[in-house]
Amino acid sequence: MHRYEGTTTNGIKRQRLPVTFLATIGSFIFSMFAEVGRVSIFARDAVIRGLLPPWYFRQLLEQIIRIGYNSLPVVGLTAFFTGGALALQIYIGGTRYNAENLVSSIVALGITRELGPVMAGLMVTGRVAAAIAAELGTMRVTEQIDALTTLSTNPFKYLVGPRILAAVITMPILVGIADIIGIFGGFVVGTSSLGFNYAAYIKNTTDFVQVADVTSGLIKAAVFGFIIALMGCYHGFNSKGGAQGVGKATTNAVVSGSILILAANYALTSLLFSE
Amino acid sequence: MPEPHIILENVHKSFGSKHVLKGVNVGVGKGRSLVVIGGSGSGKSVTLKCILGLLHPERGSIRVGGQEVIGLEGSALDQMMGRFGMVFQGAALFDSLSVWRNVAFGLIQGRKMKPSEARAIAIDKLAEVGLGAELADISPAELSGGMRKRVGLARAIAPEPEIIFFDEPTTGLDPIMGDVINNLIVDSVKRLGATTITITHDMASARKIGDDIAMIYKGKIVWCGPADEIDQSNNAYVDQFIHGREEGPIEIEL
Ligand SMILES: Nc1ncnc2c1ncn2[C@@H]1O[C@H](COP(=O)(O)OP(=O)(O)OP(=O)(O)O)[C@@H](O)[C@H]1O
Ligand SMILES: [Mg+2]
Repeated sequence: MHRYEGTTTNGIKRQRLPVTFLATIGSFIFSMFAEVGRVSIFARDAVIRGLLPPWYFRQLLEQIIRIGYNSLPVVGLTAFFTGGALALQIYIGGTRYNAENLVSSIVALGITRELGPVMAGLMVTGRVAAAIAAELGTMRVTEQIDALTTLSTNPFKYLVGPRILAAVITMPILVGIADIIGIFGGFVVGTSSLGFNYAAYIKNTTDFVQVADVTSGLIKAAVFGFIIALMGCYHGFNSKGGAQGVGKATTNAVVSGSILILAANYALTSLLFSE
Repeated sequence: MPEPHIILENVHKSFGSKHVLKGVNVGVGKGRSLVVIGGSGSGKSVTLKCILGLLHPERGSIRVGGQEVIGLEGSALDQMMGRFGMVFQGAALFDSLSVWRNVAFGLIQGRKMKPSEARAIAIDKLAEVGLGAELADISPAELSGGMRKRVGLARAIAPEPEIIFFDEPTTGLDPIMGDVINNLIVDSVKRLGATTITITHDMASARKIGDDIAMIYKGKIVWCGPADEIDQSNNAYVDQFIHGREEGPIEIEL
């Protein structure tokens, strides 16, 4: 705004300020829609071209290991501590209403429905979307992606397809494991410091949790996997201008991936639990 | 007379407000070798990328073997690209793959060759560009700039494409290795019958490689003719460029 301070001495120029302000908002909204359009086209190409043969199984396997297997420690630790903290919170809140014995069931519900997929999604975004954007961004600015096309290899099939597929396959597995570890975290806290009985805690959990609670979380996980890989690939593919451009692509991938995961989580929650 | 193998007509390409190609007209006959010379930033690399379909010109026509390239999409574009090989100015080696896998990439991915078979060919190609088999298993990151360039060259010629583009293949090489690469380019044109376009700043290599030479200046071809007529071109731009004079019609942007 300070740009206009020196020139607001006459009335005409002063009037321009709100107009410029609206124009800025307008162009921001306009460019946001344009970006949504570009991402949608990229997503369509990625799905159509990436999933049609030829398939690159070697690439797929490599990505499954990199995206899935290597994320296990991060996701496991996150889930453990989240489960533990959740148990403490519910216990503290529950004692006010003499509802302490709800701890096990609410931990299980909270982890499987919400916290398992969301925490895993955000952690994997930080790890994987960033890594994908940095790798593909470097390949873009060093012309390696151009080189692929001159060697009879479509970069969508070779680079994007395997990454998206690997993320969609491995995220539900990761979240399944996170569910177990998260519930275990609650169990450890519940039995060691809150004085719950081992058998009762386990029985409460298994009695209360239904298959739908778990599957809804796994569906979310698959969607999050798609978002993570898509954002990494999209920003990497479109990065330009050397090292700085790659850094920017990495940041954008993580930020947009995280926001989209939280938004998609809300949409999926209202969709999956709407009965 | 049949239409040249590759022909560009009135090709325009801009980046934002920057008009880089302003109506390029040039052609290369089948099995012939065109050398493109011109100052830095004059649009040489951009021209090659337009032909390859990596950049999309706003106007004009580019035909390869009679087929229009501009506007090709999907598998038609993939198929067209499969006919080309390209040595990138910055080598563009895949740094996640070993040297031999780089060279064999087009054979394994494009031609579906078995890795063991492709490896043997890759090592032959490395030898052709003066690199020993002991480099085959290391990562491209461990190579010097000139070595990377030569691996890029081996990678481009290994699948024996019908058209090969060389973007400054001898820049950054010592004069002797430069001559080895020049001979290799001449030889691959003869042996494979490939049509080639080579970008170079080096007049010795231009004379050696080129059947024809085209000079580009400010996004247009200012002269094009047989390589042995370049000294009698009577073109002020060409004369200034080949003699490397500061005085002349070429404006130097500092
Ligand atoms: N992707 C791009 N985005 C914006 N401008 C570009 C892009 N690629 C090339 N240019 C511009 O186009 C012009 C021509 O570039 P080009 O790479 O074709 O030069 P060149 O003739 O190959 O030069 P050199 O001999 O230095 O390699 C340059 O001014 C460059 O800044
Ligand atoms: Mg160039």
